[in-house]
Amino acid sequence: MLETIVFSLLNGLLYGMLLFMLSSGLTLIFGMMGVLNFAHASFYMLGAYFAYTIGLYTGFWVALFLAPVAVGLIGAAVERFGLRQVHQFGHVPELLFTFGLAYVVEELVRLFWGNVPMDYRVPEALDFPLFSLFGTNYPAFRAFVLVVAVVMFIGLWVLLKRTRAGLIIQASLSRPDMVSALGHNVPQVFTWVFAFGTGLAALGGVVGGIQLVTEPGMAFMMGPIVFVVVVVGGLGSIQGALIASVLIGVLQTFALSVDWSLAELGALFGYAVSQESFFATLWYLDTTRIAPILPYLLLVLMLIFRPRGLMGKRET
Amino acid sequence: MNHRRRMARALAGLAAAGAMTVASLASAQSGDPIRIAYIEPLSGPFANVGDAGLKHFRFAADRINDEGGIMGRPVEIVPMDNSQSPSESAQLVQRAADQGIPFVTQGNGSNVASAIVQSVNRNNQRNPDNRLLYLNYAAVDPALTNENCSFWHFRFDAESRIKIEALTNYMAEEGEAEKVYLINQDYSHGHVVEEQARQMLAEKMPDVEIVGSALHPIGQVRDFAPYVSRIRQSGADTVITGNWGNDLTLLVEAADDAGLDVTFHTYYGGGLGVPAALGEAGAGQLTQITEWHANVNVDEGHDEYREWYEAFAERYPEIDWYYHRVYNQMYMLKAAVEEAGTTAAEPVAHALEGMEFESQTGTVTMRAKDHQIIQPMYISVMDTDVTYDAENSGVGFRTLAKIPASEATVESSCEMDRP
Amino acid sequence: MSASQTNARALADTPVARVWLQRAGPWLVAAVIALAVPLFMHSSHALTMLSHMGVMVIFALSYNMLLGNTGLLSFGHAVYFGLGGYMAMHMLRYIEATGFGLPLELVPLVGAAGGLLFGLIFGAVSTRRAGVVFAMISLGIGELVSSSSLMFTGFFGGESGLYGNRTVPASLVGAEYSSGLSTYYLVAVWAFIAALAMYLLRKTPLGWMANAVRDNPERAQFVGYSPQMVRFFQFVLASFFAGLAGGLFIIVDEIITAETVGMVQSGVVLLSAYIGGILVFIGPVVGAILVVFLESELSAITNAWLLYFGLLFVAVVMFAPQGLAGLALQWYGAWRAGDWRGSVAARLYAAGSMLVAFLGLVAVIEMAYHLFQHWNPEQPMGLFMFTVNVTNALPWLLAFAVLAAGIAVFIFHARPVMQRAIHASGGDR
Repeated sequence: MLETIVFSLLNGLLYGMLLFMLSSGLTLIFGMMGVLNFAHASFYMLGAYFAYTIGLYTGFWVALFLAPVAVGLIGAAVERFGLRQVHQFGHVPELLFTFGLAYVVEELVRLFWGNVPMDYRVPEALDFPLFSLFGTNYPAFRAFVLVVAVVMFIGLWVLLKRTRAGLIIQASLSRPDMVSALGHNVPQVFTWVFAFGTGLAALGGVVGGIQLVTEPGMAFMMGPIVFVVVVVGGLGSIQGALIASVLIGVLQTFALSVDWSLAELGALFGYAVSQESFFATLWYLDTTRIAPILPYLLLVLMLIFRPRGLMGKRET
Repeated sequence: MNHRRRMARALAGLAAAGAMTVASLASAQSGDPIRIAYIEPLSGPFANVGDAGLKHFRFAADRINDEGGIMGRPVEIVPMDNSQSPSESAQLVQRAADQGIPFVTQGNGSNVASAIVQSVNRNNQRNPDNRLLYLNYAAVDPALTNENCSFWHFRFDAESRIKIEALTNYMAEEGEAEKVYLINQDYSHGHVVEEQARQMLAEKMPDVEIVGSALHPIGQVRDFAPYVSRIRQSGADTVITGNWGNDLTLLVEAADDAGLDVTFHTYYGGGLGVPAALGEAGAGQLTQITEWHANVNVDEGHDEYREWYEAFAERYPEIDWYYHRVYNQMYMLKAAVEEAGTTAAEPVAHALEGMEFESQTGTVTMRAKDHQIIQPMYISVMDTDVTYDAENSGVGFRTLAKIPASEATVESSCEMDRP
Repeated sequence: MSASQTNARALADTPVARVWLQRAGPWLVAAVIALAVPLFMHSSHALTMLSHMGVMVIFALSYNMLLGNTGLLSFGHAVYFGLGGYMAMHMLRYIEATGFGLPLELVPLVGAAGGLLFGLIFGAVSTRRAGVVFAMISLGIGELVSSSSLMFTGFFGGESGLYGNRTVPASLVGAEYSSGLSTYYLVAVWAFIAALAMYLLRKTPLGWMANAVRDNPERAQFVGYSPQMVRFFQFVLASFFAGLAGGLFIIVDEIITAETVGMVQSGVVLLSAYIGGILVFIGPVVGAILVVFLESELSAITNAWLLYFGLLFVAVVMFAPQGLAGLALQWYGAWRAGDWRGSVAARLYAAGSMLVAFLGLVAVIEMAYHLFQHWNPEQPMGLFMFTVNVTNALPWLLAFAVLAAGIAVFIFHARPVMQRAIHASGGDR
């Protein structure tokens, strides 16, 4: 039992941290610009593919820095030449623009890199078991992912709370009109926030591409869950995004690791439902099958009962 | 046909389409080709599997064409992307019928296969002048040759129960397994593997304990670590899985990462991506049950087939020739069409029924009762000391046991409606 | 329009009759087209495509009851389409098993009832707020329902879905539904009825209030209507029609899988409605027909079809946010008002330069697909009227030159010329 708990926590934390890296950029973009960026996971995918390709020439460590920068520049271009053009029509067209962009990015990835998953491996220097617990190895790369995520969180927090740029971004989150009245070039701030947010997603992709799989479907897979993190965490709140990510990661991993159903709970009290009865499906449903719906259940409940999310200052 | 052309022309006005329309018209060959619709995922999470299969079929078709085609007519593979969706596949069957394509082939996903069988049956009943044959090269759900068997369906892969039967026979003989864990994809194929493995292990190895089982959503799991930790905690020494594609690669990778020391008995361990992902870590740890593997050519001295294998590797360096059944299927189809003297579904089906074919591995028979191929099977283990490694991984497969065709068989309950 | 008007003048004696004919004209034209199309496209694949168009028209129109009329952006509308489809499929299977039940023509109503039921349940929790909250709840519900398809395999039929046979139930009119043609006419009749009903709903007080709630919920509340109730009623009605579309869908395909309730399906209906145009009634109809056509035909012609599809969508969002039908109506209106007088040649010139750029783009994309995806890129490929070898530099240079020339001419010459012409003719208002 202890073993289950420890490993579920470790695995859940890892998944949660990957989610956090993926969604922290979106919480800034969404919170500040109001753009429901459906292409956010596409930038995560581009991060993974860029890092793989750059890494072929420079090795992993250089790619770790270059890939997010390259993707961030692409993000800036998308904002400057695409989103800004659409901005005048309102939020729905903005969102639809990113929706279409997600299709285009996926197709371009398929075109240039093909359909087959990339052979994107753990770098040599991190390819060893870090420690062994209950006879199961914990790979060093997983620990590395955690470290990157923590560094990213601290960096973001310092940036937002302790620097002038952060102050402007913070202010734009709650009072965009005032910021613009104070003479800041809000469209330009938007461009940089968008670039920065997509760069963060790409950083998530650089490590996530190794830990999960680098293939053209990876963006579609992660797309909706990113919104869950952002909404549950609260708009524009980095801490909220962190808490929500870890919560979702641990919750889902626990559901996969234990194999319970109401039937087993009932059995403890000597109560059973016949296999034929109307409620049998629910009764014998094990947690493994419930796991995929948990994040969305959380999303719907959160929106119904607390629309501003865990840590949000403003309603969604 | 005519109005299709007209429609295509209308689209050429859109010019996007124009480019390729003209291309396809121009490239149409003078000799009327025999077309085979290849309905597989060419996009989405399983696109790599569909892509590899397409390369196999194209290669075999080109070989047959180089040898003069079928009755002097070239063979053409028409790829159709079903995105691994049953309903999409059902529509594609209709499209194939519309285009006058007499044969469809598919293999990935028994759920897709049953949709295709349904839709082929329906088409053949409603449009008697435009019938189709469905040549199944990999969907192994027993239902397709038992309760849902169809005169229009032919399976060139061993059905699931044959594989489990052979595997459990081998396990009983070897006697090393004590605690077995079953992990499978949560759909018909995975369910069958789990069910059959439970039943046959109980029959043949009553001492073996099944310490756990898991069904996971197909094509959706990205991190198998939670499943691996469940396997570890169950204390299993052997894992049986019918997983394929990414679902298998990721499972064995996660097990390798965690240092899980178990033997994997798989259906598709030599399949795309698995050897490359495991590398030498898999040596001695992973077995597969197949109708052939590359080192059979060495062991049994099939020199011509070695040349075939190497030519394929040269043309497609990133994958290996893996589906021997594609070879069987294409050459048996050739023989059947030549015997029937036509590509019409019904005569070809009658010619295929009961056909005996000399394949490299021995005589294979298309059993007339249920249209299930009966062929020799091999159980092989990943090993570093082999002539052909798989996917440049440094490991290939070494035969542990060859099961003759006469033993690689199970009874069928099929009662077929014949036209 | 114009044809119906001449008819109206010729036939009508009284002004009242003329007004009625003017109103009914477009509907009559649509009905005639729907009836006549199978004369030109009669292969079973084409008939299936036409039937899918009919289904998608209902579905996209029902979606537009939310987005266009009420301003509710939904990412989970397929839930009601799919669940309605499943309900209808269970009815069809029940009829198959017992030989007892509805005639086939009425089976879609079971789907509609299913859509209505689930619309009531989910609408109650999701329509309390509009805007992003509604959008996110709809996304959550969409994912919830599509993920639970694996939990409730009895209802959803698991990964392989459920099959039915449309030829089993009796027919009201004695039709034989084994052919695609009769099925198409069944879909067409239902699509016509549903479209008319949705059109008339726009003219009811509820329809007008929906527009008011979309544009300014506070004011709508002052008038005395609860925006929440208006949203709820619109949502339930939209779910009803989505369910009807789902019920027709299973009659056409005779199979239903969990993907019909999924995100992709929800995305497709959003794309269809938006590409066509959400502010005109005909918009979703045009969008639905176009999207089904592209999905079905473009995919058979080029590997790059999803890329073209994505690019088309992005282009519509960026340059024609009123949608293709909206744009066409706007142009038609301007042309009728005489705003185009004197600038037609300049407009054609601008369109021509864009067409050249577009051809260049197509050439680049097709060559790129050949280069990256063909096992042997050196094999020559057919491109327009030419045969090119994409491993040479020349075709690439030419294609890029055509693309660049088209864009350059448009930006530096055609557009200024067009703007001057419009300005000179006083059409720039």
